[in-house]
Amino acid sequence: MALIFDLAAQGLQVFLVIAVAPLLLGVSRKVKARLLRRIGPPVLQPYLDIWKLMHKEAVLAHNASWLYRVAPYLVFAAIWVAAALIPTYSTDLPFSWSADLIAIVALLGTARFALALAGMDVGTAFGGIGSSREMLIASLAEPAMLLVAFTVALLIGTTQLSTIATQFAGASVGLRVSLGLALFAFVFVAIAENARIPIDNPATHLELTMVHEAMVLEYSGRHLAMIEAAAALKLQLYFSLLVCLFVPFGMAINDKSPVALALGVAAWMAKILFLAVLLPIGETAVAKMRVFRYPIFLGGAFAAGALAVFLLFVSKGF
Amino acid sequence: MATFVGLWCVAQLLAVAALAVVIAGYRVATPIVYGVSFAACVVALGSALFQLLGASSAPTLVLPIGLPTLGAHFRLDALSAFFLVVANLGGAAASLYGLGYGRHEAAPRRVLPFFPAYLAGMNLVVLADDAFTFLVSWEFMSLTSWALVVAHHRVGGNARAGYIYLVMASFGTLSLLLAFGLLAGPQGAYAFDAMRAAHPGATTAAIVLGLTLLGAGSKAGLVPLHVWLPLAHPAAPSHVSALMSGVMTKIAVYGFIRIAFDLVGEPAWWTSLIVLALAAATTVLGVLYALMQHDLKRLLAYHTVENIGIIYIGLGLAMAFRADHMEWAAALALTAALFHVLNHSVFKSLLFFGAGAVLTATGERDMEHLGGLIHRMPRTAATFLIGCAAISALPPLNGFVSEWLTFQAILISPQLPQLGLKMMVPAVGALLALSAALAAACFVKAFGVTFLGRPRSRAAETAREADPISLAVMIAFAGICFVAGILPGFVIDALAPVVKALAGAQLPRQSAMSWLSIVPIAEGRSSYNGLIIFTFLLMSGTLTAMFIHRFATRATRRSAIWDCGYPDPSTATQYSSSSFAMPIRRVFGTTVFQVQEKVDMPAPGDNRPARFQVRVFDPAWRFAYGPLARFVAGTAGRLNVLQFLTIRRYLTLTFSALIVLLLVVAAWR
Repeated sequence: MALIFDLAAQGLQVFLVIAVAPLLLGVSRKVKARLLRRIGPPVLQPYLDIWKLMHKEAVLAHNASWLYRVAPYLVFAAIWVAAALIPTYSTDLPFSWSADLIAIVALLGTARFALALAGMDVGTAFGGIGSSREMLIASLAEPAMLLVAFTVALLIGTTQLSTIATQFAGASVGLRVSLGLALFAFVFVAIAENARIPIDNPATHLELTMVHEAMVLEYSGRHLAMIEAAAALKLQLYFSLLVCLFVPFGMAINDKSPVALALGVAAWMAKILFLAVLLPIGETAVAKMRVFRYPIFLGGAFAAGALAVFLLFVSKGF
Repeated sequence: MATFVGLWCVAQLLAVAALAVVIAGYRVATPIVYGVSFAACVVALGSALFQLLGASSAPTLVLPIGLPTLGAHFRLDALSAFFLVVANLGGAAASLYGLGYGRHEAAPRRVLPFFPAYLAGMNLVVLADDAFTFLVSWEFMSLTSWALVVAHHRVGGNARAGYIYLVMASFGTLSLLLAFGLLAGPQGAYAFDAMRAAHPGATTAAIVLGLTLLGAGSKAGLVPLHVWLPLAHPAAPSHVSALMSGVMTKIAVYGFIRIAFDLVGEPAWWTSLIVLALAAATTVLGVLYALMQHDLKRLLAYHTVENIGIIYIGLGLAMAFRADHMEWAAALALTAALFHVLNHSVFKSLLFFGAGAVLTATGERDMEHLGGLIHRMPRTAATFLIGCAAISALPPLNGFVSEWLTFQAILISPQLPQLGLKMMVPAVGALLALSAALAAACFVKAFGVTFLGRPRSRAAETAREADPISLAVMIAFAGICFVAGILPGFVIDALAPVVKALAGAQLPRQSAMSWLSIVPIAEGRSSYNGLIIFTFLLMSGTLTAMFIHRFATRATRRSAIWDCGYPDPSTATQYSSSSFAMPIRRVFGTTVFQVQEKVDMPAPGDNRPARFQVRVFDPAWRFAYGPLARFVAGTAGRLNVLQFLTIRRYLTLTFSALIVLLLVVAAWR
């Protein structure tokens, strides 16, 4: 009985993350449009877009290989699995121990690897430029991400996300300077990984500075639907990760009563919707930057992460 | 028993090498030599595996050859058994691959006799139990591999590669000779048993470690001793390249572990600081070098340097933990390093086999002339892709598991008492993360430019799939990458006796964990389950695809490339190897490698083509070897006058040398 309940809780998470992801994108776009004094598409538009793309005929280039057709599903699956393993509304999910923070970041790496290869499959300049820049951004973001993991592991002694959430939600850790720095680094990494302004512009298609959209330029139909859904899911994943690492309050912790779970879901939804509103506000305030300024941006994240670690070495009080 | 079987296989390999000298001219020689090598390697592999898993005692076997008073000692303990497994796994695969690949060999007389001898040399190094046997086998291994490197000595650059390799190999052996000399002490106790019993002082231990780092490190490819490696490894035939990169560098790692963890006792903690610094530099520089390459085999060789760095990070951590008596943490770090030894030997061999298949099919090693091979060589492409994903440390494959274990060991480092190590290890961790991401970029480039896109040359357009034997080997190795990735617990358990013997502790038994996940320290601290991740990936991917095909549409249409409305039929408009690496070259390369990019753009109306030139400098050549070589050449030039003296002057020279020596002796007394 307990096992069935556990599996049901995990199943709820699996379908919750996928159901909510396009909504976040819709909210973000709506808020951004309002900030630019446009009316903007309806909040549910991303669902309709994905549904429409799924039903369209897929157009493949003559020389597209099997890799090109498999990659969208692999990308989607990898991000979905990663998203399903992050504790969102409860720390008690039965499979959350099968991957820790490092493994989840690496799973996103698998998705990126597949997509970058797919970008090079047809042999166009756009696909290549996107793949090449995507890998550059990853190489700049990953050291900063590791330092965030290191900071958390220093405080809690683990990289297991459910344990981290439990410890942080309890009062034992409290507010710390190094956690603030780690949050700063994490936000920068999340912006870069999700191809948001100022690193990349998700709204353009033909700017030479673009990265993600250039990589998937050749895709159409159901394959594009998978990629769009994966992008939405990835944004949701980073929001959930931020919530889980830095503000796990309201989560159902070692409590399997339906009330606690319902409260957990509500708290999680409220937090990520708040982040979805915050994101476009930040985006409208800055401009897209040149490619060769990425190292400065992500170097800032790296420096913040390093500072967080070294502050903790100097004193556990920070 | 296992020692005896190992030696018997070595004898068989040497016998077939001798036979090959006679029959190499005939067509039957290729199947005979590779077939016998394969059989010998499989037998040795089986017995070593049995020894490792059975963990029975390992008596020393003394043969009456070698130094008259000493004899030759051989012993197969857990560490040797593990490395014997690695060596013979690679050896068996390379022999089998050679059965197919070797038929295209233009100069079999230069390859066939040396190949089994080289395998025998590597086996002997691992089996040796005294310094003399070890050094002789080491040098034998170096020389036979050198002969294989210069097998195609007329191809441009190969002769130079052979020369540099020979110089570096002699330097490495010299360092090891001195290290063993110090360990043997004034009595000349050359047997490893005697060295183990004699505990050298702290200073001696540090010097021995430094010399070992030079000697074994130069063979393994630690920066800045790596310069020969990317020249020599690609020069050899591809199955030998696989052995050199996949196996011989591991034999060098074996030499380091044998001395640093077994013979020298317990060195001071600060020695690990040096190892870690060198390892971190090796990791990042190795992958950056690899990214700048456009020769497929050279890219793979440079990338070996990176992986050696990862292995040495694990070893350095293990040394640090051991010096501070944190045995459980040392066990974790050592497990990570040994796991990566196995992993790298598998996927690097696989990738070299793939590169060999491409070379056979197209005659090209330069990626700028390849492309689109996924259509012409689908099976090779699929196995090469698995190798690329595994080496880029992507879950659920095996490369990720060993890097994950290394990260877990890094995350324990705050518990170390020394501030120097505390500060150093997070930086090493960040560099490791950087190198993992760069490795992914490097292999997106390697696979994307070689196998994807449109063919850039006639040869790539008409390539043919590799022969079935080579394919079978590649598929088997891709399978190992996969199985070791989703069931890593069994590999960790198999490593336990080795780790127990060297670190004094071992990880908890992994195959007993629930759901076969791996839990290196304790439940609730960190765990990873490749099996579940893989199952979930497979389930969610297929379910999504089935859902879309069933409830949405599966209609597909083929059409021309879109490319935003302006497709260009020329294949030169694709992203090439050097353009893919350009952003990374700009960001990381301008300071480290002093990259110079030169664009020669003709004026409007001028008909000559535009030219783009990139020059990448290896700082090791510029700052270490260049000045050294100039100094040696300059000194030799100045001493050259001594060659043309009169007899009178020669006699004066001899006489004054005698006087000086007598004075030295007098002052000494």
